[in-house]
Amino acid sequence: MNDDASLLKAQPERAQNNGMWAVLAAALLLLLVLSVFLGRYPQAGFLGLNQLRDNLLAQRLVIHVRLPRLLTALLLGMVLAASGTVFQMIFANPLVEPGFLGVSQGAAFGAALAIVFFSASAVAVQGMAALFAFAGLGFSYLLARRIRVGSWLLRLVLAGIVVSALFSAGLGIVKYLADPLRQLPEITFWMLGSLASVTWGKFLAVLPACLLGLGVIFSFRWRLNLLALDETTAFSLGAAPRRERLIMMIAAVLATSAMISVAGMVGWIGLITPHIARRLVGSDTRWNLPVAILLGSGFALICDDLARVLTAGEIPLGILASLLGAATFMILMVRGSVKGARG
Amino acid sequence: MSGALVSFEQVAFGYTRSRQIFTGLNFQLRRGALTVVLGPNGIGKTTLLYMALGWLQPSSGQVFLENKPLEEYSRAELGQRIALVPQTERQPYSYTVLEYVLFGRAPHLALFGSPGKADLLAARQALARAGIPNLADAYVDQLSGGEGQLVLIARALAQEPRVLLLDEPSAHLDLGNKYRLMQTLSDLRNGGTTILMTTHDPEIALTLSDETVLVDGSGSVAVGAPAQVLTAEKLSRLYHLPEGALEVRLTHPGIVLRSF
Repeated sequence: MNDDASLLKAQPERAQNNGMWAVLAAALLLLLVLSVFLGRYPQAGFLGLNQLRDNLLAQRLVIHVRLPRLLTALLLGMVLAASGTVFQMIFANPLVEPGFLGVSQGAAFGAALAIVFFSASAVAVQGMAALFAFAGLGFSYLLARRIRVGSWLLRLVLAGIVVSALFSAGLGIVKYLADPLRQLPEITFWMLGSLASVTWGKFLAVLPACLLGLGVIFSFRWRLNLLALDETTAFSLGAAPRRERLIMMIAAVLATSAMISVAGMVGWIGLITPHIARRLVGSDTRWNLPVAILLGSGFALICDDLARVLTAGEIPLGILASLLGAATFMILMVRGSVKGARG
Repeated sequence: MSGALVSFEQVAFGYTRSRQIFTGLNFQLRRGALTVVLGPNGIGKTTLLYMALGWLQPSSGQVFLENKPLEEYSRAELGQRIALVPQTERQPYSYTVLEYVLFGRAPHLALFGSPGKADLLAARQALARAGIPNLADAYVDQLSGGEGQLVLIARALAQEPRVLLLDEPSAHLDLGNKYRLMQTLSDLRNGGTTILMTTHDPEIALTLSDETVLVDGSGSVAVGAPAQVLTAEKLSRLYHLPEGALEVRLTHPGIVLRSF
């Protein structure tokens, strides 16, 4: 796996902090402002300034529907990018993403359970998704401690695979029991991921967990480098690799599971943004984590804008993120392997 | 005790209960000396090194650093005092050499800190002491084996440790790189760094070390000046060679296999 992964190793064009983040931050701000005006009311496309001034309904729509949704999209992108970076560092592998270790499958199982057995109330779905996402990490971790073969990271990967498979089997059972006309479509749509139902209340409910997780990851961002090194090396550099990895994983999964609970399953952002960031500013997480966070929020915002505007019925966010994410990744891989074939 | 920087006292260690590698290990690492741990492959040299690092804990007995047991130091304190140059290291991402050497500053920084100007200076000095100031902007995954080894040494020096541990530093090096490495280590020793390194190459022990530690699988070690420890008789026994198979020359230090 490592040999395949080495093909994807980012070769930064220019190393270090070169003000890239400032350019990206400005672009993101512009994107955010444009997104406020973009939508399908009263017509598909941009809202005119005088429309916003005169049309009361348009004003209320922007404040109560569009703004919380845009901010949630920003937060979603930030969380997935930061958590993706954490996981790619901890596992010293550019191909892992935050849903790994039973987190995504756990969330899906939890949400399905709530839809089928707890009358699908929004609070129950969110709570159960977050709870089981976190439980996914917990089970994987505890299981890894009891496995007797291989290195610590290998054991975690194995445990993550097993726990994901168990949750996915559980999800299958719940789907089988679900009412095929009412509940089954709801499970399916939840798993496709969407921000359509976001309100200020939902946004504010997940904000503390996300900010806490992001804050810990952001402050720890230089030291995150050490956790990608061999365990003995990290130890010799004065780190406590196992404890520090656990803390970072908890911070990442805390924020991710909070986000999954409102947005459903949105893949790919956590996988590709750390990768692009490494390519832009180099491998040092001190510089590439902020860039990944900005890229992630921009990417999520663009995907959600498309989801809102392209069709009246709304294409689920998860589908667009996968489509654009996979396409971007494909381009990166093709260009990357050409670059990688040096000497 | 006064000259001892690190001391092993009645140390026992085994990866499994049935197979003990060390049973009653006693030895002291002299301050300012270059000590070489010599022994055949798989005999426990790295184990000994990792116990000096605090990474492996003895099943009984204790390892002391400056008369204080290793386990009483905090993680950061130990990182400021003992540095490791591992035999090989996986490089998952494409760091620049300077970024990589800066990792050596980690034990001197707060948990949420990141390196500043002073650390950058220390890293550049470490690169210069390791003899590779020109590699600062190279990428760690594009270096030759010899350069890679020197980068790991520079990172360890950036820690400003009191003890430098090296695990088989010459294992993958050709003659030229081996010579340059030995020169660097000798310079470091002359500059006052205490060094403990493992090798399976008796010649390095003979030419470079102030003290030689012979690990022979008996559960303990023989320690002494290289000329004392590295006799033809002891070496032949250690490597299971017939009597008279090798000759140790001390006037122009070297070990030669007798011609056939």
